[in-house]
Amino acid sequence: MKKLLASLGLAVALCAPAMAQSIAVTNGRIVTNTSAGIIENGVVVIRDGAIVAVGNDVEFEDQSVTVIDANGGWITPGLFHPHTQLGLIEVGAEGSTRDNAADDSSFTAALDVADGFNPSGTHIDEARSEGITRFAVHPSTGSAIIAGRGALADSSGDYDSLFASRRFMLVDLSTSGASTAGGARTAAWAFLRSAIEDARFYPGRFMAHHEGDAIDRYDAAAMVGVVRGEMPLIMVMDRASDILRALAFAEDYPAIRIIIAGAAEAHLVAEELAAADVPVIYDPMRNLPDSFSTLASSTDGASILHTAGVQVAYTTMGSDLYFNPRLLPQHAGIAVAHGADWADAFRSITLTPAELFGVGDQYGALAAGYTADVVVWDGDPLEVMSAPTSVIIDGEIQSLETRQTRLRDRYATLGDEGVHAYRH
Amino acid sequence: MFTDLKALGVGLSAFAVLGLAGCAQDGGEADNSSGSDGGDVEVVRHDTNPFPSTYTPAPSGTTLIRGATVFDGIGGEMANTDILVENGRISAIGQGLEAPEGAEVIDAAGRFVTPGVIDIHSHLGVYPSPSVNAHSDGNEVTAPVTAEVWAEHSVWPHDPGFDTALAAGVTTLHVLPGSANLFGGRGVTLRNVPSRTTQGMKFPDAPYTLKMACGENPKRVYGNRGRAPGSRMGNVAGYREAWARAAEYRQRWQDYWEDAEAGEDVSPPSRDLELDTLMGVLDGEILVQMHCYRADEMAVILDMAEEFGYQVTTFHHAVEAYKIPDLLAEHGTCAAVWADWGGFKMEAYDSIPENLPITHAGGACAMIHSDSDLGIQRLNQEVAKALSDGRRMGLEITDGEAMAWMTSRPAEALGIGDETGSIETGKRADIVIWSGHPFSSYSLADEVFIDGALMYDRSNPERRTIRDFMLGQPGEGDY
Repeated sequence: MKKLLASLGLAVALCAPAMAQSIAVTNGRIVTNTSAGIIENGVVVIRDGAIVAVGNDVEFEDQSVTVIDANGGWITPGLFHPHTQLGLIEVGAEGSTRDNAADDSSFTAALDVADGFNPSGTHIDEARSEGITRFAVHPSTGSAIIAGRGALADSSGDYDSLFASRRFMLVDLSTSGASTAGGARTAAWAFLRSAIEDARFYPGRFMAHHEGDAIDRYDAAAMVGVVRGEMPLIMVMDRASDILRALAFAEDYPAIRIIIAGAAEAHLVAEELAAADVPVIYDPMRNLPDSFSTLASSTDGASILHTAGVQVAYTTMGSDLYFNPRLLPQHAGIAVAHGADWADAFRSITLTPAELFGVGDQYGALAAGYTADVVVWDGDPLEVMSAPTSVIIDGEIQSLETRQTRLRDRYATLGDEGVHAYRH
Repeated sequence: MFTDLKALGVGLSAFAVLGLAGCAQDGGEADNSSGSDGGDVEVVRHDTNPFPSTYTPAPSGTTLIRGATVFDGIGGEMANTDILVENGRISAIGQGLEAPEGAEVIDAAGRFVTPGVIDIHSHLGVYPSPSVNAHSDGNEVTAPVTAEVWAEHSVWPHDPGFDTALAAGVTTLHVLPGSANLFGGRGVTLRNVPSRTTQGMKFPDAPYTLKMACGENPKRVYGNRGRAPGSRMGNVAGYREAWARAAEYRQRWQDYWEDAEAGEDVSPPSRDLELDTLMGVLDGEILVQMHCYRADEMAVILDMAEEFGYQVTTFHHAVEAYKIPDLLAEHGTCAAVWADWGGFKMEAYDSIPENLPITHAGGACAMIHSDSDLGIQRLNQEVAKALSDGRRMGLEITDGEAMAWMTSRPAEALGIGDETGSIETGKRADIVIWSGHPFSSYSLADEVFIDGALMYDRSNPERRTIRDFMLGQPGEGDY
């Protein structure tokens, strides 16, 4: 039961409308992520899955409206995590539960995470219970540096929760990518440029034979969206000099839209990133020289990037991408503690990620016309002691129950040894 | 034959070396009351402390921290309170304390003070940054029983992770070998100070610890090589076999000492470095710190500890401690846990964010730990998360109680609770002044004192440590 009211049939049985539901979220501090800024003691009105009104003086008196009282808490857009493997990994160390990396496949760009995504993964429920309503699903690299195509999903856990597939392409140009490609960064870049050429001359180059210079026919077809600028190319890298190479690449191929993920040293080249209008997916928590590519990594980085005007979306790389994407607000709080503006940081886990994937007009803000992904919090969402009290996705009130809360409730009090497994 | 032995008196420890009268050296916990009165028989006792701490506190003056909200680390929260530090120790706590002449007075009004943060589970130095191949020194992955290796012999004191941990208020940390082996080796408790040597960081007189590991890691590492252990039952057989050997070894030494002290002409047993460590556990001098996730496995280990007559001091990770707080309490065994990590392997699948508060509320000794060079930088936030999740399920736990999870609880579990881990008169002045409530996302450590010396000052770029590795690198000093 992902939803309180799972279907129209059930809803009718319970005499409560699930579809075409009207909800008014009242009595809260509203973070709009629009020019309206923060609205104190406001109301968000939802109808038919969309936000219809946001403000102080909003009429919502209606017999059928469900009122959610925020009790003076915070009302925000649902969090949008730009960088997860939710639904691809259930248990990290168990290969049989992972579909993120096709290690032994010869395919590259054609790999599509939608084929492996499982909306029933328990960590999706946990992410939802912590306020994440939308997320990007990323592949990992397998046999080649081009990992394949990512997708966008909501966290309802419904079978139709994957709402956009083949939305971006991922390529690993980090130290590990260099190793995968043949032992040096030179090999990784040669492979990528060659694969881009294969795609640019698709299908002509493949008339006579199946193989391209770097990738084969089916993979080249998948790369076409990248070279036409229809899907962004996400480049995983950390070192400042690598990021400059990526900017040079983007200049060579003006049609290709790139996003830098990882970007530990991005703040060293913040001006260049801003000038090139290249966004980054960045973890404010990472501050150690964990490799020779992250020597300058610093908790000051997020603030520097924002100040320079770089489009920044935050990630949870320093925790993980499949069990703890739900820690996204904690990571954002670290940015604020180290100088980032609260509004910039919050935008980096809501509207900016939506914009990166071309859906910033539907998700990430509270304004009339936006999809009704709304979270009610018992305090400042970036405070580690705060938590959601209500989560709404597509205008539907979500369950906050997870496998973890079931375990918690089972062991909250220890009873008779012989019966514990029957209770709850 | 014993040319490498130092001559020592009879110590508390059962395996110091006595003999070679007249050239006794400093080293072990030893006095010089010889057990040999025959004059012609040397009683051999091996040195228990061949790599002694050379730590000396940085110079410090008298400091008065004035007007803070003070969490004492043992449950108390005191508003508008002053703390006087003299000679590296806390000399007075109260309201309206007079500043002695020459004292440095720090205005901490509106700010918060806690004891220095203690991480009972760190691999800083043994898995340092950068994590290049040459730095992988935390697991002796060549045999499942390596109780003879000591983490301090792998610690690289120039790990930049020590700097970032200090900036987060960590004043003491326990560095362990990894969990590849059933017996991973000895851990070491360090002061978080810059030093050219690891000995210069060692917490004076802190007891040694032994790292052991349950579950998936040992059986995977060795099972994949076609050798034991390849299963959980193989793990337990491996521990028991080693403990049985240790018990026999200990008996041989005890017999030998008894006979030698009676003047009999007997030869000492052959020295076994692995069994020296296990014998130290059986003697109650080395504290067992055991990596164990599942409740059922912890229950097996507790029975085994009774079988061989030793105490498990702390289960580390203990993701399922919340299922057995009663068992842990009954055995006096602590659980050192994350706030909310899990899912990375099957034995971590039942991780819940309420693990720490449920275990605590169930009467067991519970605390936070990091096991991470990033996590160690926000143990205050990790405690805050666990506390708020506990409260949300209805557990009544005060901020002051929860503060013990990162201070006095780990201090006690490391056997250094008399020295640090709380704001009490006479304790080492290991103190953090926070910019705001330590359970807020936005609070940072403003000033960090170790033994009364200001080791980190957020407002003063010259008062931040920079390990050798970072000199001349991009980002030097930015962390």
